[in-house]
Amino acid sequence: MLNQLPLYQQAILTLAAMILFSSFALLAQNRVLAMIHVFAWQGLLVALTTTFVAYDSGAHHLYFSAALTVALKVLFIPWLLHRLVRRMGIDREMHEVGHPAMVLMTAAALVIFCYYVAQPIHQLSTSITRNTIAISMAVVVLGLLMLITRNKAVSQVIGFMSLENGLFFAAVAATNGMPMVVELGIAFDVLVAAVIFGVFFFHIRDSIDSLDVAQLNQLAEHDQ
Amino acid sequence: MNEDLNAWLLALVQTGTFVLLAPLFSGWVKRVKCWLQNRRSPSLLQPYRDLWRLFGKETLVSYTASPLFRIAPYIIAGSTLLAAAVVPLLAVNLPTAAIADVIVLAGFFALARFFLALAGMDVGTAFGGMGSSREMTLSALAEPAMLIAVFTLAMVASSTNLSTVINHTLADGMVLRPSFLFALLSLILVAMAETGRIPVDNPATHLELTMIHEAMILEYSGRHLALVEWAAQLKLMIYGVLIANIFFPWGIATHLNGSVLFIAVAAIGIKLLVLGTALALGESMLAKMRLFRVPAFLTLALTLALIGLLSHIILEVN
Repeated sequence: MLNQLPLYQQAILTLAAMILFSSFALLAQNRVLAMIHVFAWQGLLVALTTTFVAYDSGAHHLYFSAALTVALKVLFIPWLLHRLVRRMGIDREMHEVGHPAMVLMTAAALVIFCYYVAQPIHQLSTSITRNTIAISMAVVVLGLLMLITRNKAVSQVIGFMSLENGLFFAAVAATNGMPMVVELGIAFDVLVAAVIFGVFFFHIRDSIDSLDVAQLNQLAEHDQ
Repeated sequence: MNEDLNAWLLALVQTGTFVLLAPLFSGWVKRVKCWLQNRRSPSLLQPYRDLWRLFGKETLVSYTASPLFRIAPYIIAGSTLLAAAVVPLLAVNLPTAAIADVIVLAGFFALARFFLALAGMDVGTAFGGMGSSREMTLSALAEPAMLIAVFTLAMVASSTNLSTVINHTLADGMVLRPSFLFALLSLILVAMAETGRIPVDNPATHLELTMIHEAMILEYSGRHLALVEWAAQLKLMIYGVLIANIFFPWGIATHLNGSVLFIAVAAIGIKLLVLGTALALGESMLAKMRLFRVPAFLTLALTLALIGLLSHIILEVN
Protein backbone atom coordinates (compact mmCIF):
# COMPACT_ATOMS: atom_id res chain seq x y z
CA MET A 1 0.00 0.00 0.00
CA LEU A 2 1.04 3.54 -0.71
CA ASN A 3 1.02 4.75 2.89
CA GLN A 4 3.61 2.16 3.91
CA LEU A 5 6.18 3.47 1.44
CA PRO A 6 8.82 5.95 2.58
CA LEU A 7 8.27 9.54 1.54
CA TYR A 8 10.88 9.63 -1.24
CA GLN A 9 9.26 6.63 -2.92
CA GLN A 10 5.89 8.39 -2.80
CA ALA A 11 7.69 11.39 -4.29
CA ILE A 12 8.97 9.23 -7.18
CA LEU A 13 5.41 8.21 -8.04
CA THR A 14 4.07 11.76 -7.75
CA LEU A 15 6.90 13.11 -9.90
CA ALA A 16 6.19 10.42 -12.50
CA ALA A 17 2.58 11.57 -12.68
CA MET A 18 3.79 15.16 -13.05
CA ILE A 19 6.07 14.12 -15.92
CA LEU A 20 3.05 12.57 -17.62
CA PHE A 21 1.17 15.83 -17.10
CA SER A 22 4.03 17.82 -18.63
CA SER A 23 3.76 15.61 -21.72
CA PHE A 24 0.06 16.42 -21.99
CA ALA A 25 0.87 20.10 -21.49
CA LEU A 26 3.40 19.95 -24.35
CA LEU A 27 0.76 18.39 -26.58
CA ALA A 28 -1.77 21.11 -25.85
CA GLN A 29 0.58 24.11 -25.77
CA ASN A 30 0.50 26.36 -28.82
CA ARG A 31 2.90 29.16 -27.93
CA VAL A 32 6.50 28.49 -28.88
CA LEU A 33 8.16 30.04 -25.84
CA ALA A 34 5.72 28.39 -23.43
CA MET A 35 6.43 25.08 -25.13
CA ILE A 36 10.16 25.50 -24.54
CA HIS A 37 9.50 26.32 -20.89
CA VAL A 38 7.31 23.25 -20.42
CA PHE A 39 10.05 21.16 -22.01
CA ALA A 40 12.59 22.57 -19.55
CA TRP A 41 10.24 21.78 -16.64
CA GLN A 42 9.85 18.24 -17.92
CA GLY A 43 13.63 17.86 -17.95
CA LEU A 44 13.80 19.15 -14.39
CA LEU A 45 11.13 16.68 -13.24
CA VAL A 46 12.99 13.81 -14.93
CA ALA A 47 16.24 14.90 -13.25
CA LEU A 48 14.51 15.09 -9.85
CA THR A 49 13.01 11.65 -10.29
CA THR A 50 16.42 10.29 -11.27
CA THR A 51 17.91 11.77 -8.10
CA PHE A 52 15.25 10.10 -5.96
CA VAL A 53 15.72 6.78 -7.78
CA ALA A 54 19.47 7.09 -7.21
CA TYR A 55 18.86 7.64 -3.50
CA ASP A 56 16.39 4.74 -3.41
CA SER A 57 18.51 2.18 -5.28
CA GLY A 58 21.96 3.32 -4.19
CA ALA A 59 23.08 3.49 -7.84
CA HIS A 60 25.45 6.41 -7.52
CA HIS A 61 26.10 6.90 -11.20
CA LEU A 62 22.47 8.07 -11.50
CA TYR A 63 23.38 11.28 -9.63
CA PHE A 64 25.75 12.00 -12.48
CA SER A 65 23.00 11.25 -15.04
CA ALA A 66 20.68 13.63 -13.22
CA ALA A 67 23.30 16.38 -13.26
CA LEU A 68 23.85 15.76 -16.98
CA THR A 69 20.09 16.01 -17.60
CA VAL A 70 19.90 19.31 -15.74
CA ALA A 71 22.85 20.72 -17.64
CA LEU A 72 21.62 19.61 -21.05
CA LYS A 73 17.85 19.48 -21.03
CA VAL A 74 16.99 22.07 -18.42
CA LEU A 75 19.62 24.67 -19.22
CA PHE A 76 21.46 24.25 -22.51
CA ILE A 77 18.86 23.01 -25.02
CA PRO A 78 16.04 25.31 -23.85
CA TRP A 79 18.51 28.20 -23.94
CA LEU A 80 19.58 27.23 -27.46
CA LEU A 81 15.99 26.90 -28.68
CA HIS A 82 15.08 30.19 -26.99
CA ARG A 83 17.90 31.95 -28.81
CA LEU A 84 17.07 30.39 -32.16
CA VAL A 85 13.40 31.25 -31.85
CA ARG A 86 14.17 34.85 -30.95
CA ARG A 87 16.74 35.22 -33.71
CA MET A 88 14.24 33.97 -36.25
CA GLY A 89 11.62 36.30 -34.82
CA ILE A 90 9.02 33.62 -34.27
CA ASP A 91 8.83 33.86 -30.48
CA ARG A 92 5.28 35.25 -30.61
CA GLU A 93 4.09 32.81 -33.23
CA MET A 94 1.17 30.53 -32.46
CA HIS A 95 1.54 26.89 -33.44
CA GLU A 96 -2.08 25.88 -33.66
CA VAL A 97 -2.94 22.35 -32.65
CA GLY A 98 -5.55 20.86 -34.97
CA HIS A 99 -8.47 19.27 -33.09
CA PRO A 100 -7.12 19.76 -29.53
CA ALA A 101 -9.86 17.65 -27.93
CA MET A 102 -9.18 14.78 -30.36
CA VAL A 103 -5.46 14.93 -29.59
CA LEU A 104 -6.24 14.87 -25.88
CA MET A 105 -8.49 11.83 -26.17
CA THR A 106 -5.93 10.03 -28.36
CA ALA A 107 -3.26 10.81 -25.78
CA ALA A 108 -5.39 9.38 -22.97
CA ALA A 109 -6.06 6.25 -25.04
CA LEU A 110 -2.33 5.87 -25.74
CA VAL A 111 -1.55 6.09 -22.03
CA ILE A 112 -4.00 3.27 -21.35
CA PHE A 113 -2.43 1.27 -24.19
CA CYS A 114 1.04 1.77 -22.67
CA TYR A 115 -0.30 0.61 -19.32
CA TYR A 116 -1.44 -2.68 -20.85
CA VAL A 117 1.82 -3.12 -22.76
CA ALA A 118 3.88 -2.58 -19.60
CA GLN A 119 1.72 -4.90 -17.51
CA PRO A 120 3.90 -8.05 -18.08
CA ILE A 121 7.11 -6.16 -17.16
CA HIS A 122 5.33 -4.89 -14.09
CA GLN A 123 4.69 -8.43 -12.87
CA LEU A 124 8.33 -9.46 -13.23
CA SER A 125 9.80 -6.66 -11.20
CA THR A 126 9.71 -5.79 -7.52
CA SER A 127 11.32 -2.36 -7.55
CA ILE A 128 9.33 0.74 -6.68
CA THR A 129 9.88 2.17 -10.15
CA ARG A 130 8.15 -0.76 -11.88
CA ASN A 131 4.93 1.23 -11.96
CA THR A 132 6.59 4.15 -13.69
CA ILE A 133 7.67 2.07 -16.70
CA ALA A 134 4.21 2.52 -18.21
CA ILE A 135 4.49 6.28 -17.62
CA SER A 136 7.87 6.50 -19.32
CA MET A 137 6.54 4.56 -22.32
CA ALA A 138 3.59 6.93 -22.41
CA VAL A 139 5.98 9.91 -22.50
CA VAL A 140 7.74 8.33 -25.51
CA VAL A 141 4.46 7.66 -27.32
CA LEU A 142 3.10 11.13 -26.53
CA GLY A 143 6.32 12.58 -27.96
CA LEU A 144 5.64 10.61 -31.14
CA LEU A 145 2.06 11.88 -31.17
CA MET A 146 3.39 15.42 -30.90
CA LEU A 147 5.69 14.78 -33.87
CA ILE A 148 2.68 13.65 -35.90
CA THR A 149 0.22 16.37 -34.92
CA ARG A 150 2.51 19.38 -35.38
CA ASN A 151 3.41 21.09 -38.63
CA LYS A 152 6.02 23.54 -37.47
CA ALA A 153 9.64 22.42 -37.27
CA VAL A 154 10.29 23.92 -33.83
CA SER A 155 7.41 22.07 -32.15
CA GLN A 156 8.48 18.86 -33.85
CA VAL A 157 11.98 19.23 -32.45
CA ILE A 158 10.55 19.81 -28.98
CA GLY A 159 8.39 16.71 -29.43
CA PHE A 160 11.49 14.74 -30.40
CA MET A 161 13.43 15.98 -27.38
CA SER A 162 10.54 15.12 -25.08
CA LEU A 163 10.51 11.64 -26.62
CA GLU A 164 14.17 11.38 -25.66
CA ASN A 165 13.22 12.45 -22.12
CA GLY A 166 10.83 9.50 -22.07
CA LEU A 167 13.52 7.07 -23.22
CA PHE A 168 15.90 8.29 -20.54
CA PHE A 169 13.16 8.01 -17.92
CA ALA A 170 12.38 4.47 -19.13
CA ALA A 171 16.02 3.49 -18.70
CA VAL A 172 16.05 4.93 -15.18
CA ALA A 173 12.74 3.31 -14.26
CA ALA A 174 13.37 -0.13 -15.73
CA THR A 175 17.04 -0.81 -15.13
CA ASN A 176 18.32 2.01 -12.90
CA GLY A 177 19.91 3.74 -15.86
CA MET A 178 22.17 2.59 -18.67
CA PRO A 179 25.94 2.08 -18.46
CA MET A 180 27.76 5.38 -18.19
CA VAL A 181 29.35 5.06 -21.63
CA VAL A 182 25.98 4.68 -23.32
CA GLU A 183 24.48 7.53 -21.34
CA LEU A 184 27.32 9.87 -22.19
CA GLY A 185 27.01 8.85 -25.83
CA ILE A 186 23.28 9.61 -25.88
CA ALA A 187 23.77 12.91 -24.10
CA PHE A 188 26.34 13.89 -26.70
CA ASP A 189 23.99 12.77 -29.50
CA VAL A 190 21.18 14.93 -28.14
CA LEU A 191 23.54 17.86 -27.86
CA VAL A 192 24.69 17.48 -31.46
CA ALA A 193 21.11 16.92 -32.62
CA ALA A 194 20.01 20.17 -30.99
CA VAL A 195 22.77 22.09 -32.78
CA ILE A 196 22.05 20.43 -36.12
CA PHE A 197 18.31 21.09 -35.75
CA GLY A 198 19.19 24.73 -35.20
CA VAL A 199 21.10 24.81 -38.48
CA PHE A 200 18.25 23.01 -40.22
CA PHE A 201 15.72 25.59 -39.03
CA PHE A 202 17.58 28.21 -41.00
CA HIS A 203 17.93 25.95 -44.05
CA ILE A 204 14.23 25.08 -44.08
CA ARG A 205 13.30 28.70 -43.71
CA ASP A 206 15.66 29.77 -46.47
CA SER A 207 14.28 27.23 -48.93
CA ILE A 208 10.53 27.50 -48.28
CA ASP A 209 10.26 30.82 -46.45
CA SER A 210 8.51 29.20 -43.52
CA LEU A 211 9.04 26.62 -40.81
CA ASP A 212 5.82 24.85 -41.73
CA VAL A 213 7.10 21.48 -42.86
CA ALA A 214 3.71 20.55 -44.31
CA GLN A 215 4.73 22.70 -47.27
CA LEU A 216 7.53 20.26 -48.01
CA ASN A 217 4.86 17.81 -49.17
CA GLN A 218 3.85 20.00 -52.08
CA LEU A 219 5.60 19.50 -55.39
CA ALA A 220 4.87 22.89 -56.88
CA GLU A 221 6.08 26.03 -55.18
CA HIS A 222 2.68 27.64 -55.35
CA ASP A 223 -0.76 26.10 -55.28
CA GLN A 224 -2.15 25.82 -58.74
CA MET B 1 -32.05 5.40 20.01
CA ASN B 2 -30.68 8.39 21.86
CA GLU B 3 -27.45 8.18 19.87
CA ASP B 4 -29.47 8.21 16.65
CA LEU B 5 -31.42 11.24 17.72
CA ASN B 6 -28.21 13.08 18.58
CA ALA B 7 -26.77 12.27 15.18
CA TRP B 8 -29.84 13.58 13.38
CA LEU B 9 -29.80 16.67 15.58
CA LEU B 10 -26.17 17.29 14.72
CA ALA B 11 -26.93 16.79 11.02
CA LEU B 12 -29.63 19.46 11.27
CA VAL B 13 -27.32 21.80 13.17
CA GLN B 14 -24.60 21.21 10.60
CA THR B 15 -26.89 22.05 7.68
CA GLY B 16 -28.12 25.12 9.55
CA THR B 17 -24.53 26.25 10.14
CA PHE B 18 -23.81 25.71 6.46
CA VAL B 19 -26.71 27.88 5.37
CA LEU B 20 -26.08 30.61 7.93
CA LEU B 21 -22.34 30.85 7.37
CA ALA B 22 -22.42 30.85 3.56
CA PRO B 23 -22.91 34.65 3.27
CA LEU B 24 -20.12 35.13 5.79
CA PHE B 25 -17.74 33.11 3.59
CA SER B 26 -18.52 35.25 0.53
CA GLY B 27 -18.15 38.32 2.72
CA TRP B 28 -14.69 37.14 3.74
CA VAL B 29 -13.63 36.55 0.11
CA LYS B 30 -14.91 40.02 -0.79
CA ARG B 31 -13.04 41.57 2.15
CA VAL B 32 -9.69 39.97 1.24
CA LYS B 33 -10.17 41.08 -2.36
CA CYS B 34 -10.76 44.65 -1.17
CA TRP B 35 -7.60 44.54 0.94
CA LEU B 36 -5.58 43.28 -2.01
CA GLN B 37 -6.91 46.05 -4.22
CA ASN B 38 -6.20 48.77 -1.61
CA ARG B 39 -9.88 49.53 -1.14
CA ARG B 40 -11.86 49.91 2.06
CA SER B 41 -13.84 46.73 2.48
CA PRO B 42 -17.51 46.54 3.40
CA SER B 43 -18.31 44.91 6.71
CA LEU B 44 -18.18 41.12 6.90
CA LEU B 45 -21.90 41.21 7.61
CA GLN B 46 -22.73 43.09 4.41
CA PRO B 47 -23.98 39.97 2.54
CA TYR B 48 -26.47 39.38 5.38
CA ARG B 49 -27.67 42.98 5.17
CA ASP B 50 -28.08 42.65 1.41
CA LEU B 51 -30.11 39.48 1.81
CA TRP B 52 -32.21 41.09 4.57
CA ARG B 53 -32.88 44.12 2.39
CA LEU B 54 -33.87 41.95 -0.57
CA PHE B 55 -36.23 39.86 1.57
CA GLY B 56 -37.96 43.05 2.69
CA LYS B 57 -38.41 44.40 -0.81
CA GLU B 58 -41.37 44.05 -3.10
CA THR B 59 -41.07 41.18 -5.57
CA LEU B 60 -41.74 42.33 -9.09
CA VAL B 61 -42.50 39.70 -11.70
CA SER B 62 -42.74 40.44 -15.39
CA TYR B 63 -46.23 39.92 -16.88
CA THR B 64 -44.78 37.52 -19.46
CA ALA B 65 -43.44 35.23 -16.72
CA SER B 66 -44.90 31.74 -16.34
CA PRO B 67 -45.44 30.05 -12.95
CA LEU B 68 -42.08 28.36 -13.45
CA PHE B 69 -40.39 31.73 -12.97
CA ARG B 70 -41.94 32.00 -9.50
CA ILE B 71 -41.22 28.40 -8.46
CA ALA B 72 -37.62 28.25 -9.75
CA PRO B 73 -35.96 30.21 -6.88
CA TYR B 74 -37.48 27.83 -4.33
CA ILE B 75 -36.32 24.77 -6.27
CA ILE B 76 -32.83 26.25 -6.72
CA ALA B 77 -32.52 27.16 -3.04
CA GLY B 78 -34.07 23.85 -1.97
CA SER B 79 -31.79 21.60 -4.00
CA THR B 80 -28.73 23.59 -2.97
CA LEU B 81 -29.85 23.23 0.65
CA LEU B 82 -30.17 19.45 0.19
CA ALA B 83 -26.71 19.41 -1.39
CA ALA B 84 -25.37 21.20 1.69
CA ALA B 85 -27.01 18.58 3.91
CA VAL B 86 -25.03 15.83 2.17
CA VAL B 87 -21.58 17.40 2.55
CA PRO B 88 -19.79 16.69 5.87
CA LEU B 89 -18.96 20.07 7.38
CA LEU B 90 -18.20 19.30 11.01
CA ALA B 91 -18.55 15.54 11.42
CA VAL B 92 -18.47 12.39 9.34
CA ASN B 93 -20.76 9.36 9.69
CA LEU B 94 -23.87 11.46 10.07
CA PRO B 95 -27.18 9.94 8.93
CA THR B 96 -27.59 12.50 6.14
CA ALA B 97 -24.26 11.48 4.65
CA ALA B 98 -25.39 7.86 4.58
CA ILE B 99 -28.50 8.73 2.53
CA ALA B 100 -26.77 10.29 -0.43
CA ASP B 101 -23.36 10.01 -2.07
CA VAL B 102 -21.32 12.35 -4.19
CA ILE B 103 -23.13 11.49 -7.42
CA VAL B 104 -26.39 12.60 -5.84
CA LEU B 105 -24.57 15.79 -4.88
CA ALA B 106 -23.68 16.38 -8.54
CA GLY B 107 -27.33 15.64 -9.32
CA PHE B 108 -28.58 18.32 -6.90
CA PHE B 109 -26.27 20.84 -8.53
CA ALA B 110 -27.50 19.79 -11.97
CA LEU B 111 -31.14 20.15 -10.85
CA ALA B 112 -30.52 23.66 -9.51
CA ARG B 113 -28.66 24.62 -12.67
CA PHE B 114 -31.42 23.25 -14.91
CA PHE B 115 -34.09 25.35 -13.23
CA LEU B 116 -31.85 28.41 -13.15
CA ALA B 117 -31.35 28.11 -16.90
CA LEU B 118 -35.09 27.60 -17.48
CA ALA B 119 -35.91 30.64 -15.35
CA GLY B 120 -33.34 32.66 -17.26
CA MET B 121 -35.09 31.87 -20.53
CA ASP B 122 -38.61 32.14 -19.16
CA VAL B 123 -39.22 35.87 -19.39
CA GLY B 124 -37.77 36.04 -22.87
CA THR B 125 -35.19 38.79 -22.47
CA ALA B 126 -32.03 38.68 -24.53
CA PHE B 127 -29.71 38.60 -21.54
CA GLY B 128 -31.52 35.71 -19.86
CA GLY B 129 -31.35 33.46 -22.90
CA MET B 130 -27.71 34.33 -23.50
CA GLY B 131 -26.81 33.61 -19.87
CA SER B 132 -28.68 30.30 -19.90
CA SER B 133 -27.02 29.13 -23.08
CA ARG B 134 -23.59 30.02 -21.73
CA GLU B 135 -24.25 28.37 -18.39
CA MET B 136 -25.36 25.12 -19.99
CA THR B 137 -22.41 25.10 -22.40
CA LEU B 138 -19.90 25.54 -19.60
CA SER B 139 -21.57 23.08 -17.27
CA ALA B 140 -21.63 20.44 -20.00
CA LEU B 141 -17.84 20.81 -20.10
CA ALA B 142 -17.31 21.13 -16.35
CA GLU B 143 -19.44 18.20 -15.25
CA PRO B 144 -17.34 15.41 -16.87
CA ALA B 145 -14.21 16.86 -15.26
CA MET B 146 -15.91 16.98 -11.88
CA LEU B 147 -17.25 13.44 -12.18
CA ILE B 148 -13.89 11.99 -13.25
CA ALA B 149 -12.15 13.77 -10.35
CA VAL B 150 -14.81 12.40 -8.01
CA PHE B 151 -14.46 8.90 -9.48
CA THR B 152 -10.74 9.08 -8.76
CA LEU B 153 -11.50 9.69 -5.10
CA ALA B 154 -14.12 6.96 -5.19
CA MET B 155 -11.64 4.48 -6.64
CA VAL B 156 -9.06 5.29 -3.98
CA ALA B 157 -11.56 4.79 -1.17
CA SER B 158 -13.65 2.13 -2.97
CA SER B 159 -16.80 4.11 -2.23
CA THR B 160 -18.66 7.12 -3.58
CA ASN B 161 -19.88 8.07 -0.13
CA LEU B 162 -18.23 11.26 1.07
CA SER B 163 -18.01 10.10 4.69
CA THR B 164 -16.28 6.88 3.66
CA VAL B 165 -13.85 8.78 1.42
CA ILE B 166 -12.96 11.14 4.28
CA ASN B 167 -12.58 8.24 6.73
CA HIS B 168 -10.28 6.50 4.27
CA THR B 169 -8.08 9.60 3.90
CA LEU B 170 -7.97 9.99 7.68
CA ALA B 171 -6.97 6.35 8.16
CA ASP B 172 -4.26 6.65 5.49
CA GLY B 173 -2.56 9.52 7.30
CA MET B 174 -0.17 11.87 5.54
CA VAL B 175 0.53 10.33 2.17
CA LEU B 176 1.59 11.86 -1.12
CA ARG B 177 -0.91 10.58 -3.66
CA PRO B 178 -0.43 11.64 -7.28
CA SER B 179 -4.11 10.91 -7.97
CA PHE B 180 -5.28 13.16 -5.13
CA LEU B 181 -2.94 15.93 -6.24
CA PHE B 182 -4.39 15.97 -9.75
CA ALA B 183 -7.98 15.47 -8.58
CA LEU B 184 -7.51 18.45 -6.24
CA LEU B 185 -6.21 20.70 -9.02
CA SER B 186 -9.02 19.58 -11.30
CA LEU B 187 -11.69 20.17 -8.66
CA ILE B 188 -10.32 23.66 -7.98
CA LEU B 189 -10.65 24.56 -11.66
CA VAL B 190 -14.15 23.04 -11.83
CA ALA B 191 -15.16 24.90 -8.67
CA MET B 192 -14.00 28.20 -10.18
CA ALA B 193 -16.07 27.55 -13.30
CA GLU B 194 -19.15 26.24 -11.51
CA THR B 195 -19.37 28.97 -8.91
CA GLY B 196 -18.80 31.68 -11.49
CA ARG B 197 -15.55 33.16 -10.23
CA ILE B 198 -12.78 34.89 -12.19
CA PRO B 199 -11.37 33.76 -14.73
CA VAL B 200 -14.64 32.22 -15.95
CA ASP B 201 -17.26 34.69 -14.76
CA ASN B 202 -17.02 37.86 -12.72
CA PRO B 203 -19.31 37.81 -9.67
CA ALA B 204 -18.81 41.52 -8.98
CA THR B 205 -20.32 43.00 -12.14
CA HIS B 206 -23.76 43.56 -13.56
CA LEU B 207 -24.67 44.37 -17.13
CA GLU B 208 -21.60 43.29 -18.94
CA LEU B 209 -21.62 41.36 -22.14
CA THR B 210 -19.42 38.67 -20.59
CA MET B 211 -21.55 37.80 -17.61
CA ILE B 212 -23.06 34.35 -17.17
CA HIS B 213 -24.69 33.88 -13.79
CA GLU B 214 -25.80 37.49 -13.41
CA ALA B 215 -27.36 37.43 -16.87
CA MET B 216 -29.70 34.61 -15.90
CA ILE B 217 -30.97 36.25 -12.70
CA LEU B 218 -31.29 39.75 -14.13
CA GLU B 219 -35.11 39.60 -14.07
CA TYR B 220 -35.36 38.53 -10.44
CA SER B 221 -36.08 40.93 -7.60
CA GLY B 222 -37.04 40.89 -3.95
CA ARG B 223 -37.16 37.59 -2.10
CA HIS B 224 -36.68 35.61 -5.34
CA LEU B 225 -33.36 37.33 -5.95
CA ALA B 226 -32.40 36.87 -2.30
CA LEU B 227 -33.01 33.12 -2.54
CA VAL B 228 -31.04 32.75 -5.77
CA GLU B 229 -28.12 34.76 -4.41
CA TRP B 230 -28.14 32.87 -1.14
CA ALA B 231 -28.06 29.61 -3.13
CA ALA B 232 -25.05 30.89 -5.11
CA GLN B 233 -23.21 31.76 -1.88
CA LEU B 234 -24.13 28.35 -0.48
CA LYS B 235 -22.77 26.65 -3.60
CA LEU B 236 -19.45 28.48 -3.24
CA MET B 237 -19.24 27.36 0.39
CA ILE B 238 -20.13 23.75 -0.55
CA TYR B 239 -17.29 23.62 -3.04
CA GLY B 240 -14.95 25.18 -0.47
CA VAL B 241 -15.91 22.62 2.17
CA LEU B 242 -15.65 19.76 -0.33
CA ILE B 243 -12.11 20.74 -1.26
CA ALA B 244 -11.11 21.43 2.34
CA ASN B 245 -12.61 18.31 3.89
CA ILE B 246 -11.88 15.69 1.24
CA PHE B 247 -8.25 16.58 0.64
CA PHE B 248 -7.36 17.97 4.06
CA PRO B 249 -9.80 16.21 6.40
CA TRP B 250 -7.71 16.59 9.56
CA GLY B 251 -9.71 18.02 12.41
CA ILE B 252 -13.14 16.80 11.33
CA ALA B 253 -15.12 15.06 14.10
CA THR B 254 -15.34 11.28 13.74
CA HIS B 255 -17.53 10.78 16.81
CA LEU B 256 -20.00 12.98 18.62
CA ASN B 257 -18.32 14.52 21.60
CA GLY B 258 -18.20 18.10 22.85
CA SER B 259 -14.47 18.78 22.66
CA VAL B 260 -14.03 16.94 19.34
CA LEU B 261 -16.83 19.01 17.82
CA PHE B 262 -15.23 22.19 19.13
CA ILE B 263 -11.96 21.24 17.40
CA ALA B 264 -13.93 20.47 14.23
CA VAL B 265 -15.51 23.94 14.25
CA ALA B 266 -12.11 25.59 14.72
CA ALA B 267 -10.51 23.39 12.02
CA ILE B 268 -13.11 24.04 9.34
CA GLY B 269 -13.07 27.74 10.23
CA ILE B 270 -9.32 27.95 9.66
CA LYS B 271 -9.50 25.85 6.49
CA LEU B 272 -12.20 28.05 4.98
CA LEU B 273 -10.34 31.25 5.96
CA VAL B 274 -7.23 29.97 4.17
CA LEU B 275 -9.23 28.76 1.17
CA GLY B 276 -11.13 32.05 0.91
CA THR B 277 -7.87 33.98 1.04
CA ALA B 278 -6.42 31.77 -1.69
CA LEU B 279 -9.52 32.29 -3.82
CA ALA B 280 -9.34 36.07 -3.41
CA LEU B 281 -5.62 35.99 -4.20
CA GLY B 282 -6.23 33.96 -7.35
CA GLU B 283 -9.05 36.25 -8.43
CA SER B 284 -6.89 39.32 -7.95
CA MET B 285 -4.01 37.86 -9.95
CA LEU B 286 -5.94 36.44 -12.89
CA ALA B 287 -7.75 38.38 -15.55
CA LYS B 288 -11.15 37.30 -16.76
CA MET B 289 -10.92 35.01 -19.75
CA ARG B 290 -12.57 35.53 -23.08
CA LEU B 291 -15.64 33.28 -23.19
CA PHE B 292 -14.21 31.30 -26.09
CA ARG B 293 -11.11 30.49 -24.05
CA VAL B 294 -13.13 28.93 -21.25
CA PRO B 295 -13.53 25.54 -23.04
CA ALA B 296 -9.71 25.31 -23.09
CA PHE B 297 -9.70 26.07 -19.35
CA LEU B 298 -12.20 23.27 -18.72
CA THR B 299 -10.32 20.91 -21.03
CA LEU B 300 -7.35 21.50 -18.73
CA ALA B 301 -9.55 20.50 -15.79
CA LEU B 302 -10.64 17.38 -17.65
CA THR B 303 -7.02 16.50 -18.51
CA LEU B 304 -5.97 16.91 -14.89
CA ALA B 305 -8.83 14.70 -13.74
CA LEU B 306 -7.99 12.08 -16.37
CA ILE B 307 -4.32 12.06 -15.35
CA GLY B 308 -5.42 11.70 -11.74
CA LEU B 309 -7.53 8.68 -12.64
CA LEU B 310 -4.81 7.14 -14.82
CA SER B 311 -2.08 7.73 -12.25
CA HIS B 312 -4.21 6.02 -9.63
CA ILE B 313 -4.58 2.96 -11.86
CA ILE B 314 -1.00 2.91 -13.12
CA LEU B 315 0.98 4.04 -10.08
CA GLU B 316 -1.00 3.32 -6.96
CA VAL B 317 -2.70 -0.02 -7.39
CA ASN B 318 -0.50 -2.78 -5.85
